Order: sequence, then structure tokens, then C-alpha cells
Amino acid sequence: MEGVLHQIISGIATGSIYASISLALVMIFLATHHINFAQGEMAMFSTYIALTLIQAGVPYWGAFVLTLVFSFVGGLVMQRTLLEPLARAPVLASVGAFLGLLLIFNNIAGWLFTYTLQPFPTPFGTGAPILGGMLSRHELGSTAVTLVVLTAVWAFFRYTKLGLALRGAAYNPVSSRLVGVPVARMLALGWGLAAAIGAIAGMMVAPIVFLDPNMMGGVLLYAFAGALLGGITSPLGAVVGGVLMGVIENIAGAYVVGTELKLTTALVIIVVVLVVKPTGLFGKALASRV
Amino acid sequence: MADAAPILEAKGLHAAYGPVRVLHGIDFVVNTGGVTALLGANGAGKTTTLRAICGMVRSTGDLMFDGRRINNLPTEAIAAMRVGHVPDGRGTFMELTVEENLRLGGYTRRDSIEPDLERMFGYFPKLKDRFRQQAGTLSGGEQQMLAIARALMIKPRLLLLDEPSFGLAPLIVREIFGIMKQIIATERTSILLVEQNASLALTVADMAYLLETGKIVMSGSAEEIRRDESVRRSYLGY
Ligand SMILES: Nc1ncnc2c1ncn2[C@@H]1O[C@H](COP(=O)(O)OP(=O)(O)O)[C@@H](O)[C@H]1O
Ligand SMILES: [Mg+2]
Repeated sequence: MEGVLHQIISGIATGSIYASISLALVMIFLATHHINFAQGEMAMFSTYIALTLIQAGVPYWGAFVLTLVFSFVGGLVMQRTLLEPLARAPVLASVGAFLGLLLIFNNIAGWLFTYTLQPFPTPFGTGAPILGGMLSRHELGSTAVTLVVLTAVWAFFRYTKLGLALRGAAYNPVSSRLVGVPVARMLALGWGLAAAIGAIAGMMVAPIVFLDPNMMGGVLLYAFAGALLGGITSPLGAVVGGVLMGVIENIAGAYVVGTELKLTTALVIIVVVLVVKPTGLFGKALASRV
Repeated sequence: MADAAPILEAKGLHAAYGPVRVLHGIDFVVNTGGVTALLGANGAGKTTTLRAICGMVRSTGDLMFDGRRINNLPTEAIAAMRVGHVPDGRGTFMELTVEENLRLGGYTRRDSIEPDLERMFGYFPKLKDRFRQQAGTLSGGEQQMLAIARALMIKPRLLLLDEPSFGLAPLIVREIFGIMKQIIATERTSILLVEQNASLALTVADMAYLLETGKIVMSGSAEEIRRDESVRRSYLGY
């Protein structure tokens, strides 16, 4: 019984990292109706930036903030230069473009930083695990950071004028323009935010799995499954789904399919959701726009 | 009522969707503080005219707003000049609440919009009851009221209304036009009202134009248009 509890608690810890990427995917999906398959690789690239800064002697939290700024600006510039032309492209063309982007980030990271696994520091210390040995300090710290970030993002969207304009632009670009919202700028801002949220996930997961250009492959798959499970149109659903995926991964790995096959649980969830309930737990069918 | 200089003047206005030409050089004015009705059957080009004003479709010729040429400016720039648009299909932000719809309407405002929210509830008490509700759950009539209130939140110098009667039961239409008369009497705005329902539009307008397949075929005071024999037969049905 205690074993199960342990799996659940540490599942919530990794799940909260998946939840960040799920949220980033949903944010982009709501605004563009495209899945940014490169979201994970962008996060990985950001994490290398953080590592480079830390190795250059910048203190951890300084490097953390600088990486967020870099990622935000990077996402913004990417949207304006590469992705705006894709906005009206057919679905298959954009899937191809996003997969291409994924490979490009992966290859550039490999070329710049090599494919060797590199340890990534944790700011939370490496002392004895807590909660009766169930949770490492890093797991607790990263869960707390993720929680703070997700709450801040939620408050931003819910309570600020800019957050409202971002939501309006995503849901109904035509009406948004008619009330004066600069929709193109909002899209770029959304990309910047998603990239920054992804960067946090990257920096939080790297101390657990080590940093290498393929670090986010599995994470993206779980996050995508989580986003679908929660409902690809629901930011809250994305967070819940992401956390659930962490728990499901652990339980399945420990008791059902074994650790070698646990990635397949993500694929199974993706298929089951798409077949049984494509809108996920919290999602709604997309309202058609007139 | 109408002052000397018109707030909006179209001269030889052409508009096209790519190769599909819809407006073939039309002239009309909206007087400052006045209500101009643009009448015409389905497909005449009424919605396209409003879209041209808001930069949603490319146009040539002249569109003068407050003495400045505004053809093909970005839509959000037109909104920033305080042109309110109640679009074809109402343009409801379905996923957002009634409150959020209204707040987005006030997006360009720098001053406090709280008093205006209250003012909107004065015109549309039904919206107050549904303040925190998702706008997608409103009835058609309520969404039309929301669209008008959203456009008023911009404190429009010019208000464009695209068939506010469309698809609504007669009783609701009467309610909405009753409120519109109240708005016309109270707000300091100029209005371009697009309607298929000519007799209804002519009860609130002071000037009217008749559009047929992209050309203005008749214009005059609302009174003159109402009395015209051919308009009566083709558009007013008596
Ligand atoms: N997006 C569009 N693309 C191409 N043609 C259009 C488009 N919208 C409207 N039209 C055409 O333009 C003409 C005028 O349409 P519209 O302005 O909507 O008329 P109205 O509002 O008077 O009913 C119609 O023939 C219509 O088919
Ligand atoms: Mg129309």
C-alpha cells in the first residue's frame, strides 16, 4: 500500500512538469488550432541556455530568470518570423512544419552541445528525501515551482486586461480586431509565454533525467497525452491531464506494463481518448466560427 | 441632429473579395449625430460595405472618417478611432462570460470602464442578470443585445450595426429597436444601420440609401424613401 502511495506522490511530482508542457500545447492550440510538436525541443534548447549560463558562473536563479526572458523573446520572434505564414496553411503542411522545427532544434542542440548526457543542477539541494522517503527535495521543489507558475499563469489570464485580450484573440480573432485587440501581437505573446512555461518544465525535469538533446521526447509524449486526456481545448484540463499522466505513468510502470513499456501507456491513452472521447475530460467541442 | 460635416463619407467606393467585385463605386454619408440606414436585399453588399469601413475587405475609392481617408487601415486601428461594429452574425465571444465580452469591448479605453458597464445594464437589464454567464448560453436576442452593448463600450463616435433584427422573433426585434431609440436619444454617436427590414430601419433613420447589387439606386431622407412608390412595393410590402 505504501508502495502505491509512493508511486502516486512521485507521479504527481513528474506529472506537474508534464502539466506545464500540456498547458503550453493547449495555449498554442487554442490560438492556432495547431499542435506545436516542437514545444518539447524548444524547452530542451532553453535548458541548454540555462546550463551554459550556469557554467559561465551565473547563479542558478539568475540563470533561471535570464532563460525565461530568452525563451519568451525567442518564442515571440519565432512566431513572427516562421509561424505567421503558417497560420492559414493546411493542417498537414503545418504538422510537417512543426515536426521539421522539432528536428531542427534537436540537431542544432546536438551540434552546439553534443549528444552526451549532462548533469543539470537542482536549486533545492540533494539532502535526504522527505515525506518518509517518498519525495526527493528536487521533486518537492519542482512541484512547488510548477504550482506557482501555473497559478500565476491562471491569474494572468483570468484577472488582467492583457490576459483577457489573449483569450479573446484565441477564441474569436475577428471580433477581437473589431474591438481593437491587435491579434497578431497577441499570438506572438502567446508563443512567448508558452516557450517560457516550457523552459521552466525543461529546467525542472533536467536534474531528474539528465540533459541531452532527446531529453524532452518522452516528456512531450506524456504532455500531449495529458493535454488530450484533460481536453485539448481546456487549459485547466491540460494541467489536470498532465498531472494524471505522471501518476498513470508511475502506476503502469510499477504494476502493469513495467518500466520498459511505460511509454506505450501514453500512446494507449492518446488512442483511447481520440476514439472514446475526443474532447477529453474537460474540453468542449470547438464552437464553429461564423 | 445632423451637424454640418459628415462623420463618414464614401465616394466612389469599390470593394472586392479577391476577384469577386461586390461594391461598384458607391457614395453615401453618415452625418455627425445622425442615423443613416443602408437598405437592400440579401446579397446586395451591405455587410461588405461595413467590412470595407473596418478594413476587413480591400477597398478603393474614398472612405473619409472625420476628414481622414481610412481605406484599408488595419481593423484594430479603425476600432482605435472609436468605430464600434456590431457585426454580421453578432460576433459573440461564446467561450467568455457576458462581463468579459463587455470588458473586451472597452479594450481600447484608457479611462475606467466601470461606469459604462452600469450604463449598459440600464439599457439592457437582461445582461445584468447574465453577467457571469458564458455568452454562448445566451439566446439570440440576448446575444444581439450583448453585441450592441459591446460596441457601445468603445464609446463609439460612429456605430455600425449589421442587421440587428436578423433571425429574431418580432417581439424581440421590437424590444431591441425600442432600446436603440433610447440609445440614439442618449448617446452622442452617429450610426450607420444596415437592414433588410426597411420599414423597421426607417423608423429610426433620418437618411437612407438603397443598395442593389453593389450600386446605390436611391437615396434621400428617411421620409422621402418611405413615401417612394417603388420602395414601398419592393421593400416595405404595402
Ligand atoms: N467572403 C466572401 N468571399 C466572396 N464573396 C463574398 C464574401 N462575402 C460575401 N460575398 C459576396 O458578396 C456579395 C454581397 O454580400 P454581402 O455584403 O454579405 O451582402 P448583404 O450583407 O447585403 O446580404 C454576395 O454576392 C456574396 O456572395
Ligand atoms: Mg449582410
